[in-house]
Amino acid sequence: MSETKTGGIKPKHQRLVLLVIALVALIGAGLLAAYALSNQASYFYVPADLVKDPPEQGRAIRLGGMVEKGSLKTRTDGVTIDFVVGDGMSKVPVRFTGITPDLFVEGSGVVAEGRMEGQTFVADNLLAKHDENYVPRQMGDMTQAQAKAVVAETK
Amino acid sequence: MHAFANPARFLRLARWLMPLLLVSGLVLSMGALLYGLLVVPPDRLMGETVRILFIHVPSAWLGMAGWSTIAIASLVELVWRHPLAAIAARAAAVPGAAFTAICLATGSIWARPTWGTWWVWDGRLTSFLILLFLYFGYIALSGAAQRDMASGGGGNRITAIFGLVGAINIPIINRSVVWWNSLHQPPSITAGKSAIDGTFLWPLLIAAVGFSLIFGGVVLARMRTLLAEIQTEARLRRKALG
Repeated sequence: MSETKTGGIKPKHQRLVLLVIALVALIGAGLLAAYALSNQASYFYVPADLVKDPPEQGRAIRLGGMVEKGSLKTRTDGVTIDFVVGDGMSKVPVRFTGITPDLFVEGSGVVAEGRMEGQTFVADNLLAKHDENYVPRQMGDMTQAQAKAVVAETK
Repeated sequence: MHAFANPARFLRLARWLMPLLLVSGLVLSMGALLYGLLVVPPDRLMGETVRILFIHVPSAWLGMAGWSTIAIASLVELVWRHPLAAIAARAAAVPGAAFTAICLATGSIWARPTWGTWWVWDGRLTSFLILLFLYFGYIALSGAAQRDMASGGGGNRITAIFGLVGAINIPIINRSVVWWNSLHQPPSITAGKSAIDGTFLWPLLIAAVGFSLIFGGVVLARMRTLLAEIQTEARLRRKALG
Protein backbone atom coordinates (compact mmCIF):
# COMPACT_ATOMS: atom_id res chain seq x y z
CA MET A 1 0.00 0.00 0.00
CA SER A 2 1.47 3.38 -0.95
CA GLU A 3 1.87 5.92 1.80
CA THR A 4 -0.05 8.71 0.02
CA LYS A 5 -2.05 11.18 2.06
CA THR A 6 -5.79 10.63 2.00
CA GLY A 7 -7.83 13.66 2.94
CA GLY A 8 -5.13 15.04 5.19
CA ILE A 9 -4.98 11.93 7.42
CA LYS A 10 -1.84 9.85 7.39
CA PRO A 11 -2.59 6.25 6.33
CA LYS A 12 -0.86 5.15 9.52
CA HIS A 13 -3.42 7.01 11.63
CA GLN A 14 -6.27 5.82 9.44
CA ARG A 15 -5.22 2.22 10.05
CA LEU A 16 -4.90 2.87 13.77
CA VAL A 17 -8.39 4.39 14.00
CA LEU A 18 -9.93 1.59 11.92
CA LEU A 19 -8.27 -1.07 14.05
CA VAL A 20 -9.27 0.58 17.31
CA ILE A 21 -12.89 0.79 16.16
CA ALA A 22 -12.80 -2.86 15.06
CA LEU A 23 -11.26 -3.92 18.38
CA VAL A 24 -13.78 -1.97 20.45
CA ALA A 25 -16.62 -3.59 18.49
CA LEU A 26 -15.05 -7.03 18.91
CA ILE A 27 -14.46 -6.66 22.66
CA GLY A 28 -17.98 -5.29 23.08
CA ALA A 29 -19.40 -8.30 21.23
CA GLY A 30 -17.26 -10.66 23.30
CA LEU A 31 -18.33 -9.10 26.59
CA LEU A 32 -22.00 -9.17 25.56
CA ALA A 33 -21.70 -12.85 24.64
CA ALA A 34 -19.94 -13.63 27.92
CA TYR A 35 -22.60 -11.73 29.84
CA ALA A 36 -25.41 -13.56 28.03
CA LEU A 37 -23.68 -16.83 28.85
CA SER A 38 -23.53 -16.00 32.54
CA ASN A 39 -26.12 -18.62 33.47
CA GLN A 40 -25.40 -21.33 30.91
CA ALA A 41 -21.63 -21.22 31.37
CA SER A 42 -21.76 -21.79 35.10
CA TYR A 43 -20.41 -25.16 36.04
CA PHE A 44 -22.86 -25.72 38.88
CA TYR A 45 -25.91 -24.33 40.67
CA VAL A 46 -25.60 -22.96 44.19
CA PRO A 47 -28.27 -23.90 46.77
CA ALA A 48 -29.94 -20.49 46.44
CA ASP A 49 -30.53 -21.20 42.70
CA LEU A 50 -32.16 -24.54 43.51
CA VAL A 51 -34.44 -23.03 46.14
CA LYS A 52 -35.40 -20.01 44.03
CA ASP A 53 -36.02 -21.95 40.82
CA PRO A 54 -36.29 -25.70 41.58
CA PRO A 55 -35.14 -27.91 38.67
CA GLU A 56 -37.38 -30.76 37.53
CA GLN A 57 -37.04 -33.98 39.49
CA GLY A 58 -34.50 -36.43 38.11
CA ARG A 59 -32.76 -34.02 35.70
CA ALA A 60 -28.95 -34.33 35.86
CA ILE A 61 -27.49 -31.18 37.43
CA ARG A 62 -24.50 -30.12 39.51
CA LEU A 63 -24.79 -28.54 42.92
CA GLY A 64 -21.92 -26.57 44.43
CA GLY A 65 -21.41 -24.99 47.84
CA MET A 66 -19.90 -25.44 51.26
CA VAL A 67 -20.36 -28.59 53.35
CA GLU A 68 -22.13 -27.26 56.45
CA LYS A 69 -20.18 -27.78 59.68
CA GLY A 70 -21.61 -30.60 61.79
CA SER A 71 -23.93 -31.87 59.08
CA LEU A 72 -21.84 -34.80 57.84
CA LYS A 73 -23.22 -38.18 58.97
CA THR A 74 -22.29 -41.69 57.85
CA ARG A 75 -25.13 -44.23 57.68
CA THR A 76 -24.87 -47.67 59.24
CA ASP A 77 -23.91 -49.26 55.88
CA GLY A 78 -20.63 -47.34 56.15
CA VAL A 79 -20.51 -46.00 52.59
CA THR A 80 -23.56 -43.77 52.38
CA ILE A 81 -23.17 -40.25 53.75
CA ASP A 82 -25.63 -37.45 54.35
CA PHE A 83 -24.59 -33.84 54.54
CA VAL A 84 -25.95 -30.37 53.92
CA VAL A 85 -24.62 -28.02 51.23
CA GLY A 86 -25.10 -24.34 51.94
CA ASP A 87 -24.10 -21.04 50.36
CA GLY A 88 -24.84 -18.71 53.24
CA MET A 89 -28.42 -18.12 52.05
CA SER A 90 -30.00 -21.52 51.43
CA LYS A 91 -29.28 -25.13 52.30
CA VAL A 92 -29.85 -28.37 50.42
CA PRO A 93 -29.54 -31.85 51.98
CA VAL A 94 -27.35 -34.22 49.94
CA ARG A 95 -26.99 -38.02 49.96
CA PHE A 96 -24.00 -39.79 48.43
CA THR A 97 -22.83 -43.41 48.27
CA GLY A 98 -19.19 -44.04 47.48
CA ILE A 99 -15.65 -42.89 48.16
CA THR A 100 -15.18 -39.19 48.83
CA PRO A 101 -12.17 -37.18 47.57
CA ASP A 102 -9.37 -36.40 50.06
CA LEU A 103 -10.27 -32.74 50.33
CA PHE A 104 -13.89 -33.48 51.18
CA VAL A 105 -14.32 -32.29 54.79
CA GLU A 106 -16.88 -30.27 56.68
CA GLY A 107 -16.53 -26.56 55.97
CA SER A 108 -14.88 -27.09 52.57
CA GLY A 109 -16.24 -26.56 49.09
CA VAL A 110 -17.85 -29.36 47.12
CA VAL A 111 -19.43 -29.87 43.71
CA ALA A 112 -21.91 -32.75 43.58
CA GLU A 113 -23.14 -34.29 40.33
CA GLY A 114 -26.60 -35.85 40.59
CA ARG A 115 -30.30 -35.03 40.68
CA MET A 116 -33.07 -33.84 42.95
CA GLU A 117 -35.21 -36.58 44.45
CA GLY A 118 -37.89 -34.96 46.54
CA GLN A 119 -36.20 -32.36 48.70
CA THR A 120 -32.89 -34.27 48.74
CA PHE A 121 -30.09 -33.99 46.20
CA VAL A 122 -28.82 -37.50 45.36
CA ALA A 123 -25.21 -37.35 44.18
CA ASP A 124 -23.52 -39.87 41.87
CA ASN A 125 -20.15 -38.19 42.11
CA LEU A 126 -18.44 -35.69 44.41
CA LEU A 127 -15.73 -33.23 43.37
CA ALA A 128 -13.83 -31.34 46.04
CA LYS A 129 -13.54 -27.63 45.31
CA HIS A 130 -10.36 -26.03 46.49
CA ASP A 131 -10.55 -22.38 47.50
CA GLU A 132 -7.97 -19.71 46.74
CA ASN A 133 -6.24 -20.02 50.12
CA TYR A 134 -2.88 -21.73 50.42
CA VAL A 135 -1.77 -22.35 54.02
CA PRO A 136 1.11 -24.56 55.26
CA ARG A 137 0.14 -27.63 57.27
CA GLN A 138 1.52 -26.54 60.65
CA MET A 139 -0.81 -23.56 60.50
CA GLY A 140 -3.82 -25.74 59.76
CA ASP A 141 -4.41 -26.54 63.43
CA MET A 142 -4.71 -22.90 64.44
CA THR A 143 -8.02 -21.17 64.47
CA GLN A 144 -8.75 -19.11 61.38
CA ALA A 145 -8.16 -15.84 63.21
CA GLN A 146 -4.72 -17.00 64.40
CA ALA A 147 -3.80 -18.21 60.92
CA LYS A 148 -4.86 -14.88 59.43
CA ALA A 149 -2.63 -13.04 61.88
CA VAL A 150 0.35 -15.24 61.01
CA VAL A 151 -0.29 -14.81 57.30
CA ALA A 152 -0.47 -11.06 57.77
CA GLU A 153 2.86 -11.07 59.60
CA THR A 154 4.72 -13.11 57.01
CA LYS A 155 3.36 -11.19 54.03
CA MET B 1 10.18 2.27 18.35
CA HIS B 2 11.66 2.62 14.87
CA ALA B 3 15.13 2.57 16.38
CA PHE B 4 14.83 -1.22 16.14
CA ALA B 5 13.29 -1.25 12.66
CA ASN B 6 16.76 -2.00 11.40
CA PRO B 7 17.24 -5.78 11.83
CA ALA B 8 21.02 -5.37 12.05
CA ARG B 9 20.71 -3.20 15.16
CA PHE B 10 18.18 -5.62 16.65
CA LEU B 11 20.46 -8.56 15.97
CA ARG B 12 23.39 -6.85 17.69
CA LEU B 13 21.20 -6.35 20.78
CA ALA B 14 19.72 -9.84 20.66
CA ARG B 15 23.13 -11.48 20.42
CA TRP B 16 24.09 -10.64 24.02
CA LEU B 17 20.59 -10.20 25.48
CA MET B 18 19.40 -13.70 24.53
CA PRO B 19 22.00 -15.75 26.47
CA LEU B 20 21.70 -13.32 29.38
CA LEU B 21 17.92 -13.87 29.59
CA LEU B 22 18.20 -17.64 29.15
CA VAL B 23 20.92 -18.14 31.79
CA SER B 24 19.39 -15.84 34.42
CA GLY B 25 15.95 -17.33 33.74
CA LEU B 26 17.23 -20.89 34.13
CA VAL B 27 19.08 -20.05 37.37
CA LEU B 28 16.05 -18.30 38.90
CA SER B 29 13.49 -20.92 37.91
CA MET B 30 15.67 -23.89 38.87
CA GLY B 31 16.31 -22.27 42.26
CA ALA B 32 12.64 -21.52 42.83
CA LEU B 33 11.51 -24.97 41.67
CA LEU B 34 14.07 -26.80 43.82
CA TYR B 35 13.10 -24.67 46.81
CA GLY B 36 9.44 -25.37 46.09
CA LEU B 37 10.09 -29.08 45.74
CA LEU B 38 12.35 -29.61 48.76
CA VAL B 39 11.95 -26.81 51.31
CA VAL B 40 8.38 -25.52 51.19
CA PRO B 41 6.08 -27.20 53.74
CA PRO B 42 3.05 -29.22 52.53
CA ASP B 43 -0.29 -27.43 52.29
CA ARG B 44 -2.90 -27.80 55.03
CA LEU B 45 -5.40 -29.63 52.77
CA MET B 46 -3.62 -30.46 49.53
CA GLY B 47 -0.47 -31.82 51.16
CA GLU B 48 2.48 -32.40 48.84
CA THR B 49 0.56 -31.73 45.63
CA VAL B 50 0.73 -27.99 46.40
CA ARG B 51 4.27 -28.04 44.91
CA ILE B 52 2.89 -28.24 41.38
CA LEU B 53 1.74 -24.64 41.96
CA PHE B 54 5.25 -23.39 41.19
CA ILE B 55 5.09 -24.75 37.62
CA HIS B 56 1.36 -24.44 36.97
CA VAL B 57 0.82 -20.76 37.82
CA PRO B 58 3.88 -19.28 36.03
CA SER B 59 3.01 -21.41 32.96
CA ALA B 60 -0.53 -20.08 33.03
CA TRP B 61 0.71 -16.50 33.21
CA LEU B 62 3.09 -17.06 30.30
CA GLY B 63 0.48 -18.86 28.21
CA MET B 64 -1.60 -15.69 28.47
CA ALA B 65 1.40 -13.34 28.20
CA GLY B 66 2.41 -15.19 25.02
CA TRP B 67 -0.86 -14.38 23.32
CA SER B 68 -0.74 -10.79 24.61
CA THR B 69 2.68 -10.51 22.94
CA ILE B 70 1.18 -11.84 19.69
CA ALA B 71 -1.72 -9.36 19.92
CA ILE B 72 0.46 -6.31 20.64
CA ALA B 73 2.99 -7.24 17.95
CA SER B 74 0.11 -7.82 15.49
CA LEU B 75 -1.28 -4.35 16.24
CA VAL B 76 2.15 -2.77 15.69
CA GLU B 77 2.51 -4.76 12.48
CA LEU B 78 -0.89 -3.71 11.11
CA VAL B 79 -0.74 -0.03 12.07
CA TRP B 80 2.93 0.94 11.85
CA ARG B 81 4.07 -1.79 9.41
CA HIS B 82 7.02 -2.38 11.70
CA PRO B 83 9.28 -4.93 9.98
CA LEU B 84 10.17 -6.83 13.16
CA ALA B 85 6.64 -7.01 14.59
CA ALA B 86 5.49 -9.89 12.38
CA ILE B 87 8.61 -11.81 13.32
CA ALA B 88 8.16 -11.11 17.04
CA ALA B 89 4.53 -12.28 16.90
CA ARG B 90 5.46 -15.47 15.11
CA ALA B 91 8.37 -16.10 17.50
CA ALA B 92 6.09 -15.89 20.57
CA ALA B 93 3.62 -18.50 19.31
CA VAL B 94 5.52 -21.74 19.92
CA PRO B 95 6.83 -20.93 23.44
CA GLY B 96 3.37 -19.56 24.32
CA ALA B 97 1.75 -22.79 23.16
CA ALA B 98 4.33 -24.84 25.10
CA PHE B 99 3.61 -23.00 28.36
CA THR B 100 -0.14 -23.33 27.75
CA ALA B 101 0.26 -27.08 27.30
CA ILE B 102 2.41 -27.34 30.47
CA CYS B 103 -0.25 -25.41 32.39
CA LEU B 104 -3.03 -27.73 31.20
CA ALA B 105 -1.00 -30.88 31.91
CA THR B 106 0.12 -29.87 35.42
CA GLY B 107 -3.36 -28.62 36.26
CA SER B 108 -4.83 -31.95 35.22
CA ILE B 109 -2.29 -33.88 37.33
CA TRP B 110 -3.09 -31.66 40.32
CA ALA B 111 -6.84 -31.96 39.78
CA ARG B 112 -6.92 -35.76 40.00
CA PRO B 113 -5.98 -36.01 43.72
CA THR B 114 -7.41 -32.62 44.72
CA TRP B 115 -10.78 -32.41 42.99
CA GLY B 116 -11.15 -36.11 42.24
CA THR B 117 -11.16 -35.74 38.44
CA TRP B 118 -8.66 -35.19 35.62
CA TRP B 119 -10.80 -32.72 33.72
CA VAL B 120 -14.07 -30.83 33.97
CA TRP B 121 -15.67 -28.52 31.41
CA ASP B 122 -15.85 -25.45 33.62
CA GLY B 123 -15.28 -21.91 32.37
CA ARG B 124 -11.60 -21.59 33.26
CA LEU B 125 -10.48 -24.98 31.97
CA THR B 126 -12.48 -24.73 28.76
CA SER B 127 -11.31 -21.21 27.90
CA PHE B 128 -7.71 -22.23 28.55
CA LEU B 129 -8.05 -25.26 26.27
CA ILE B 130 -9.42 -22.90 23.60
CA LEU B 131 -6.26 -20.80 24.06
CA LEU B 132 -4.15 -23.87 23.21
CA PHE B 133 -6.22 -24.49 20.06
CA LEU B 134 -5.88 -20.80 19.11
CA TYR B 135 -2.09 -21.20 19.37
CA PHE B 136 -2.22 -24.27 17.10
CA GLY B 137 -4.32 -22.35 14.57
CA TYR B 138 -1.96 -19.36 14.74
CA ILE B 139 1.15 -21.52 14.25
CA ALA B 140 -0.41 -23.26 11.23
CA LEU B 141 -1.59 -19.95 9.75
CA SER B 142 1.72 -18.14 10.21
CA GLY B 143 3.57 -21.11 8.70
CA ALA B 144 1.30 -21.01 5.66
CA ALA B 145 1.76 -17.24 5.42
CA GLN B 146 5.53 -17.63 5.42
CA ARG B 147 5.44 -20.20 2.61
CA ASP B 148 3.11 -17.86 0.74
CA MET B 149 5.60 -14.93 0.99
CA ALA B 150 7.34 -15.87 -2.28
CA SER B 151 4.12 -15.29 -4.18
CA GLY B 152 3.72 -11.92 -2.41
CA GLY B 153 0.50 -12.90 -0.61
CA GLY B 154 -1.15 -10.93 2.17
CA GLY B 155 -0.90 -13.91 4.51
CA ASN B 156 1.01 -11.94 7.13
CA ARG B 157 -1.87 -9.49 7.47
CA ILE B 158 -4.40 -12.31 7.89
CA THR B 159 -2.17 -13.86 10.55
CA ALA B 160 -1.96 -10.53 12.38
CA ILE B 161 -5.75 -10.10 12.29
CA PHE B 162 -6.15 -13.61 13.69
CA GLY B 163 -3.68 -12.70 16.47
CA LEU B 164 -5.75 -9.63 17.37
CA VAL B 165 -9.13 -11.39 17.23
CA GLY B 166 -7.85 -14.26 19.37
CA ALA B 167 -6.91 -11.78 22.10
CA ILE B 168 -10.59 -11.61 23.10
CA ASN B 169 -10.05 -14.95 24.85
CA ILE B 170 -7.49 -13.46 27.29
CA PRO B 171 -9.91 -11.33 29.38
CA ILE B 172 -12.41 -14.21 29.22
CA ILE B 173 -9.84 -16.60 30.74
CA ASN B 174 -8.97 -14.02 33.36
CA ARG B 175 -12.58 -13.32 34.38
CA SER B 176 -13.98 -16.83 33.88
CA VAL B 177 -13.70 -17.78 37.54
CA VAL B 178 -15.37 -14.53 38.62
CA TRP B 179 -18.24 -14.43 36.11
CA TRP B 180 -19.26 -18.09 36.28
CA ASN B 181 -19.39 -20.68 39.04
CA SER B 182 -16.39 -22.86 38.31
CA LEU B 183 -14.59 -25.75 39.92
CA HIS B 184 -11.31 -23.89 39.43
CA GLN B 185 -10.53 -21.63 42.39
CA PRO B 186 -10.86 -17.84 42.03
CA PRO B 187 -7.65 -15.80 41.69
CA SER B 188 -5.43 -16.04 44.78
CA ILE B 189 -3.31 -13.05 43.89
CA THR B 190 -5.18 -9.87 43.09
CA ALA B 191 -3.88 -6.30 43.06
CA GLY B 192 -2.32 -5.63 46.44
CA LYS B 193 -3.30 -8.79 48.32
CA SER B 194 -2.68 -12.47 48.25
CA ALA B 195 -4.53 -15.46 49.69
CA ILE B 196 -1.35 -17.48 49.31
CA ASP B 197 0.77 -17.74 52.44
CA GLY B 198 4.19 -16.06 52.21
CA THR B 199 6.07 -19.38 52.32
CA PHE B 200 4.39 -20.35 49.02
CA LEU B 201 4.19 -16.86 47.53
CA TRP B 202 7.88 -15.96 47.32
CA PRO B 203 9.11 -19.04 45.44
CA LEU B 204 6.05 -18.65 43.18
CA LEU B 205 6.92 -15.06 42.26
CA ILE B 206 10.60 -15.92 41.69
CA ALA B 207 9.60 -18.88 39.49
CA ALA B 208 7.31 -16.56 37.53
CA VAL B 209 10.17 -14.09 36.93
CA GLY B 210 12.50 -16.95 35.93
CA PHE B 211 9.96 -18.49 33.53
CA SER B 212 9.36 -15.04 31.99
CA LEU B 213 13.09 -14.52 31.39
CA ILE B 214 13.30 -17.95 29.71
CA PHE B 215 10.28 -17.02 27.59
CA GLY B 216 11.96 -13.76 26.54
CA GLY B 217 15.19 -15.58 25.70
CA VAL B 218 13.39 -18.19 23.60
CA VAL B 219 11.44 -15.48 21.73
CA LEU B 220 14.70 -13.64 20.93
CA ALA B 221 16.33 -16.90 19.79
CA ARG B 222 13.39 -17.69 17.52
CA MET B 223 13.39 -14.15 16.13
CA ARG B 224 17.07 -14.54 15.21
CA THR B 225 16.31 -17.87 13.53
CA LEU B 226 13.36 -16.47 11.57
CA LEU B 227 15.44 -13.45 10.44
CA ALA B 228 18.25 -15.76 9.32
CA GLU B 229 15.75 -17.93 7.39
CA ILE B 230 14.31 -14.89 5.61
CA GLN B 231 17.80 -13.69 4.76
CA THR B 232 18.83 -17.08 3.40
CA GLU B 233 15.72 -17.32 1.27
CA ALA B 234 16.26 -13.83 -0.15
CA ARG B 235 19.88 -14.65 -0.95
CA LEU B 236 18.93 -17.94 -2.65
CA ARG B 237 16.28 -16.18 -4.68
CA ARG B 238 18.75 -13.51 -5.81
CA LYS B 239 21.20 -16.24 -6.78
CA ALA B 240 18.56 -18.12 -8.74
CA LEU B 241 17.59 -14.96 -10.60
CA GLY B 242 21.14 -13.65 -11.09
